[in-house]
Amino acid sequence: SMARLVRLTPQADRVKEAYFTRNRIAEENRQRENSAAVRIQSWIRGCRARAYLSHIHRKATIIQKTWRGFKAREHFRQRVKAAYFLMKMNFYNKMAVKIQQRWRGYYVRKYVHNYYARKRYLEALTQKNEQMRRELEELAEHQRQERQRVAMEREEQEKYVRAQRLHFLLSTKQCPGVFNSPFRPEPDEMELRLRRVKPVRTMSAPKESWPVNPQPSSYLHDKERLPPIHKTPQGPFRPAVEVQQQRYRPLEPSLRVATSITALEEAREELRRQEWRTRLIDHPFLPFSKTPDKKYEPLLHAASPYQQTEYGTKHFREEDRSQLEKKKPFRRVFTTCHVFDKFGRLYSSAGKSV
Amino acid sequence: MSQRQVLQVFEQYQKARTQFVQTVAELATRPQNVETLQNAGVMSLLRPLLLDTVPTIQQTAALALGRLANYNDDLAEAVVKADILPQLVYSLAEQNRFYKKAAAFVLRAVAKHSAELAQAVVDCGALDALVISLEEFDPGVKEAAAWALGYIARHNGQLAQAVVDSGAVPLLVLCIQEPEIAVKRIAASTLSDIAKHSPELAQTVVDTGAIAHLAQMTLNPDAKLKRQVFSALGQISKHSVDLAEMVVEAEIFPAVLASLKDPDEYVRKNVTTLMREITKHTPELSQMIVNAGGVAAVIDYLGDSRGNVRLPGIMMLGYVAAHSENLAMAVVVSKGVPQLAICLVEEPEDHIKAATAWAFGQIGRHTPEHARAVAAANVLPKLLNLYLDTQSSEDLQVKAKKALKSVLQKCTYLPALEPLLYEAPSNILKHVICQFSKVLPHDSKARRLFVTSGGLKKVQEIKAEPGSALQEYINAINNCYPEEIVRFFPINTRDKHSRGSDKWQSVIMKYEGSG
Repeated sequence: SMARLVRLTPQADRVKEAYFTRNRIAEENRQRENSAAVRIQSWIRGCRARAYLSHIHRKATIIQKTWRGFKAREHFRQRVKAAYFLMKMNFYNKMAVKIQQRWRGYYVRKYVHNYYARKRYLEALTQKNEQMRRELEELAEHQRQERQRVAMEREEQEKYVRAQRLHFLLSTKQCPGVFNSPFRPEPDEMELRLRRVKPVRTMSAPKESWPVNPQPSSYLHDKERLPPIHKTPQGPFRPAVEVQQQRYRPLEPSLRVATSITALEEAREELRRQEWRTRLIDHPFLPFSKTPDKKYEPLLHAASPYQQTEYGTKHFREEDRSQLEKKKPFRRVFTTCHVFDKFGRLYSSAGKSV
Repeated sequence: MSQRQVLQVFEQYQKARTQFVQTVAELATRPQNVETLQNAGVMSLLRPLLLDTVPTIQQTAALALGRLANYNDDLAEAVVKADILPQLVYSLAEQNRFYKKAAAFVLRAVAKHSAELAQAVVDCGALDALVISLEEFDPGVKEAAAWALGYIARHNGQLAQAVVDSGAVPLLVLCIQEPEIAVKRIAASTLSDIAKHSPELAQTVVDTGAIAHLAQMTLNPDAKLKRQVFSALGQISKHSVDLAEMVVEAEIFPAVLASLKDPDEYVRKNVTTLMREITKHTPELSQMIVNAGGVAAVIDYLGDSRGNVRLPGIMMLGYVAAHSENLAMAVVVSKGVPQLAICLVEEPEDHIKAATAWAFGQIGRHTPEHARAVAAANVLPKLLNLYLDTQSSEDLQVKAKKALKSVLQKCTYLPALEPLLYEAPSNILKHVICQFSKVLPHDSKARRLFVTSGGLKKVQEIKAEPGSALQEYINAINNCYPEEIVRFFPINTRDKHSRGSDKWQSVIMKYEGSG
């Protein structure tokens, strides 16, 4: 250090000079060097800023790029989904259209205008018409034949009657009848009829048949024509009708015989049935409004000062029990007496007054 | 002695009266005597005999009066003016059954001529007495009373209402159930006369349960009874759908179709009338009758009958076809169209022809199939003739025109349309041309046929106003053909012949070759 000081002290002027020179030079070059330094610095700074900016730009681009890709893929997925959905819907629609077409065709052809049903109906109608026409024809034919048959029978009957009335025109061996002319090859139809006919018993032709009745024929057959017993009438007889009626009088049972043995039970059964049928309401005469319960006022002459008498409410007769015990109970049912069963129905006129 | 002589005088007088009244009654049966009797003043002589003490004379006098009143309405008016009716009505309640029959006969004879006379009968209080007579045991009395009521109710609705108000209808329904055929007939005819005026009266008849009994009686073999029964059912069912349905519910079909072959003409006519009244209401009722084979039966009936009785059958077919296209096809399938064509030709009366034309219109208006069926039966020229005939009535012309139009609007059967080209007036021609213009563009064979048969020539000759529909149709037809053919026919010249048949033949060959 002292050595250094010894060495440096001669240089002190030189140092001052150099110091001033340096300062002067620095002073002179300061502006230029400053601006140069500023320029260099600003360039460096610019470069740094540009590098930083481009760095940032690159980074921002990367971020944006990633983000956009993300968003775009998302969007794309949406579109794919939508397109898929649309595709499916179109497909479904087309299929639905196909189904609806088939269904509508089927429905219209079956329910709205069924061509084959209509055809079948018209064919069935034709057949039914044919059948109806046939049946009507048959019916008409049948009726026509019926009428013809009836007419023929009537004609036959008339001819028979005519032949009966003209039975005397029958030809004999001696004298040929009107209808059996010898010039004819064979006798007339009327002649043959006359040969076959049986003459009528009475003078006139039978007018009407007897009316139909249920009794046997012998009952009415001899009604008016009993065979005569004597030539001269013997006395005022009863008319033949009455006698016949008496002879063939039907059974007239008495009431007791005519009623069945179970008549009472049957009547009870019938009554029960009727009750079951008709009685709907058990208490028909219920009042509509509630009347206050009136106290029952008993009869004056059945009331005693102390209590209600039994006579008039519990028993209705004077009964002398001591006397009654000896007797038999009262009979309510008797056997029938046939006093008036035959009244007016006997053949004789006994007992009848004018 | 003198007592006997006195009594003899009375006896002679009685004999004279009896003889007089019996002879007058007998003379009154012949129409030529009636005028003489009237001039001799028989009315004033018979009137006191009605009050005679002897019942036989009363009855015969009433009978004679009835026969006289029956003959013409002057005598009936004389009966009314002579105040005989109140006496008759009084004794209707009192006397025995022969007198009641005769009195009811007089009332009927008076009431049958006109509504005023029937009103006069009603004003005397005859209705109550007649209704009481309906409850009698004797069937002759019932028949006479029911007949009188029927003649009263026949004239108009008020009289029928008066009959109903007097309580006759339930008794008539009871009369229908009587065993005697004559009583049944008359009761059915009276119910028919009551029910025909209005729906309310028909409803009153139905409410007493008449339909069931009437339906039972359709199976009865007696022809006159069936006439009345079917007439009654027809009158009931004509008023409304409900009444027609009630008649159908009595299950008369298909049994009444057998009556369509009855030998009696009026039975058949009344059955057809009944069917017409039923089918005119709704398609369902028509369908029911069609399904039972009724249409075929009616068509056969049309074939068998002649004259006025065909009218209900024709109208029935028209109503059936009018409801729907199915039913019209059913009519066509049952061979109705040829039968109706025969009716159209055979019948001379205008109203039957009008009905047939209407029926054709109803059948042919639905679809081209139906129109073809109608046209194929060669009906359209006949309809056209009826329309153009100056002697046909207005109604017939109107109906023929309407039918023709409605059939033509659907007709695509060209061979039937061609004859109409030549004769039809312009309003019909318009439709014919319209149909041609619809068919020709699509059918080449038809086009060829149209040219060769001369139709195109005719079309060219038609004068049409430019801009009218007819001109449009003609243009449409002309557009189906190549120019040269169309130009071959000079338009609107009817007198000039076309230019030589050779040229015509060559054009035709060329067209046929190309077509």
